[in-house]
Amino acid sequence: MANLTPELEKERVKIKKVAESVGLDFYETIFELITYEQMNQIAAYGGFPVRYPHWRFGMEYEQLSKSYEYGLSKIYELVINNDPCYAYLMEGNEFIDQKLVMAHVYGHCDFFKNNQWFSQTNRKMMDQMANHATRVRRYIDRYGVDVVEDFIDKCLSLENLIDRHSPYTRVKIPNLEKELELAEQGQEVLGPGRLKVHRDYMESFINPPGLVKEQEKRRKEEMAERQKLQNYPERPEKDVLHFLIHHAPLQPWQQDVLSMIREEAYYFAPQGMTKIMNEGWASYWHAKLMTEKIADDSEIVDFADRHSGTMAMSPTGFNPYKVGIELFRDIEQRWNKGQFGKEWEECESLADKKNWDRKTNQGREKIFEVRRNFNDVMFIDQFLTEDFCVANKMFVYKFNKRTGQFEVDTRDFPLIKKKFLFQLTNFGQPIISVVDANFNNRGELLLAHLFEGIEMQPDYMQATMKNLQALWGRPVNVATVLDGEPRIVHYDGHEFKSLAFDRSSESPPEGSDAQEN
Amino acid sequence: MTIREDHKRFRDIVRGRVKENFKKYVTHGEMIGKREKDFVKIPVPSIDIPRFRYGPKQSGGVGQGQGNPGDPVDGENQPGQGQAGDQPGEHVLEAEVTLEELADILGEQLELPRIQPKGNKTIDSVVNRYTGRSSVGPESLRHFKASYKEALKRYVSTGTYDPDNPVIVPIRRDLRYRSFRKAVSPRTNAVVIYMMDVSGSMGEEQKEIVRLESFWINAWLKRNYKGLDTRFIIHDAAAKEVDEDTFFRTSESGGTLISSAYKLCKKLIEEEYPPHEWNIYPFHFSDGDNWSGEDTRLCVRLLKEFFLPQVNMFGYGQVESKYGSGQFLKDLERAFPGDERLVISRIENKDKIVQSIKDFLGKGR
Repeated sequence: MANLTPELEKERVKIKKVAESVGLDFYETIFELITYEQMNQIAAYGGFPVRYPHWRFGMEYEQLSKSYEYGLSKIYELVINNDPCYAYLMEGNEFIDQKLVMAHVYGHCDFFKNNQWFSQTNRKMMDQMANHATRVRRYIDRYGVDVVEDFIDKCLSLENLIDRHSPYTRVKIPNLEKELELAEQGQEVLGPGRLKVHRDYMESFINPPGLVKEQEKRRKEEMAERQKLQNYPERPEKDVLHFLIHHAPLQPWQQDVLSMIREEAYYFAPQGMTKIMNEGWASYWHAKLMTEKIADDSEIVDFADRHSGTMAMSPTGFNPYKVGIELFRDIEQRWNKGQFGKEWEECESLADKKNWDRKTNQGREKIFEVRRNFNDVMFIDQFLTEDFCVANKMFVYKFNKRTGQFEVDTRDFPLIKKKFLFQLTNFGQPIISVVDANFNNRGELLLAHLFEGIEMQPDYMQATMKNLQALWGRPVNVATVLDGEPRIVHYDGHEFKSLAFDRSSESPPEGSDAQEN
Repeated sequence: MTIREDHKRFRDIVRGRVKENFKKYVTHGEMIGKREKDFVKIPVPSIDIPRFRYGPKQSGGVGQGQGNPGDPVDGENQPGQGQAGDQPGEHVLEAEVTLEELADILGEQLELPRIQPKGNKTIDSVVNRYTGRSSVGPESLRHFKASYKEALKRYVSTGTYDPDNPVIVPIRRDLRYRSFRKAVSPRTNAVVIYMMDVSGSMGEEQKEIVRLESFWINAWLKRNYKGLDTRFIIHDAAAKEVDEDTFFRTSESGGTLISSAYKLCKKLIEEEYPPHEWNIYPFHFSDGDNWSGEDTRLCVRLLKEFFLPQVNMFGYGQVESKYGSGQFLKDLERAFPGDERLVISRIENKDKIVQSIKDFLGKGR
């Protein structure tokens, strides 16, 4: 890897200065100039120079190399959320491309640093990824590549079963086990039936040892009893990986591998949660900086060509760059003209609305606020307007079974918004949680799929269940809806069974009768 | 680069998968249709890591663009050139396996022996390559860049070059022309001659079988001989030589005189492929229905006197068809019991192709 050429370095300094002058705030950003092969490797590794060994990276690499060699696609830019930020430029790209990428990258870096959804990510992930690589290699040396790789394959199959919001909740749910543990270590200052003692010599009088012991014993029994009766886990656990790490019968090295994969999943999660905003923000700034401050007259046409290339719309999916940049511009304009608040909402005159300009000039301030506090779901929920959908030609498409193709379904605004939000929630993946780890009192695992009108793909579900079962050891069950019927899919390591499941009675069926169907 | 390891691992898995499902792919007719240059595309959807996810056809989504409700959306379009995402998406991979690799896998899977070429003779062929430069030549071969360079060199060395007015005027001795050099390359010397019965009794299914089988035979022979020659002959009551495309597409009808093809094949060999220099592989596919016993006897004589002593191997594949009697195969078996040079294979249906390939190529001749 090489440092920037003097020409590029000169530009970098300039672009950095310009970016700072408009209020962007970022960690130190290190640019490296690399060949396309290195670019493909790093892109295959999700932006990192070193990852643990796994064939999936090789597959990514092959796809990237092939499509580069055949001229199908080309990576312009790669930037990783780290302190310092690392960004890669590809050797041989045109000068204008490099400038554009640098401007774009500073937008991303600002977003990484300031958006609150990134606040919990590990800013030394580059080192951490390298550590993971070392640890996995050590396990491979010890247990063999096939064993470790098979296990990683299984973990990756469950990789998306994390609770994306858990890093942001401060309140920890009181944990009975922990309490017991502390009690055993004698750390619990005040136990049940124990009174506070201010003078040491009073201790044996105020809290007679015999009585305390008896009470503690009784309480322990009570707790054990309660635990038996209680569901386990106490409440549905969306972080399935966390649950498995702590409760599945895994070897220590397996626990370690699984926790690494979980950690990496959590690291990447905010990037998925803010895809539209992040790309929109970076695009907004590269466009602004390039056209106003960086590109000279001779470059502006080339810039426009590149820019419009990234903004292309597609009928089978929204382009996050396009939606993001347009929404940020829309917000800026609305807040500049004061098109918000009660008065604006209640105004029914189209003519008034069209010429509405209160000269509030809060646009810039507003978009910075949005970039700090929002994620994609909130962003769309709050700022996607009917006018915007019309202007950007948005629609909902669906699969038509009769014609066997995807068709435009509707351009109705509420439906577009609903679909849009649905697609973004949990990355458009089914929401699944552990409901019972002692299902039917047989140590079986029961996961519940929060059904929202769309069924899971059955073959994928079964393959994933196989992997889950391999980790859990005992049979696994998934409560979901298949062909319009609530079902529990049961897999015992040999065969699948689909059992009737009455969803209305909140709790899963008791007893083992249902099992034998 | 550390990615090499991962990449190799992936290739191994792909190859492993290919091996495992091998038979399925051999009979997968579409595969040859997806052939591009030297690659064969093999979809490997199982490489996808399974997750809990929604069925793609159920969910639909939000799109952007023109169109009224009910208009189809084009599934092919992807957003423009685009920058790399932060997270790799999910794909169904179409692994591209080179023909050579595929042939190796075929060889391994069917335990085919390496072919022992008949003698080690190779023919040197001389090719003219226009790689040289010469100061004389026809104007049509003038090399603009080289001429300009010469002129520039002259200007600079004589000190007449003016950077502010960089006009270069070449004169006669600056001009350079492309010229050829003789390149000698050893050529391998194998020819496969495919003959197919296209009479009325050969249906689409039978031809599909021939198509698949000859594809694999070709792949294997190509692996063993560089620059393999292939010739195609079709026949009903009369035979003619055709190109590859026609060979697989033609649907003729009429009677069957197998000897017509054999005669044409004989003529080809005599005129173009002297048997002491060439490894010759004639393959004949038919449904086994010949016009007359007389003609069959003629074929047998041709085989006995001309083909078998001269060729590496003569392959006869009989494709089962509703209309054919299959008599020809029996006649051949009777005429040449236990002759190694004549390989006879009966192909009942698509699933038997693998076995048939093994019959044909298992001898290592």
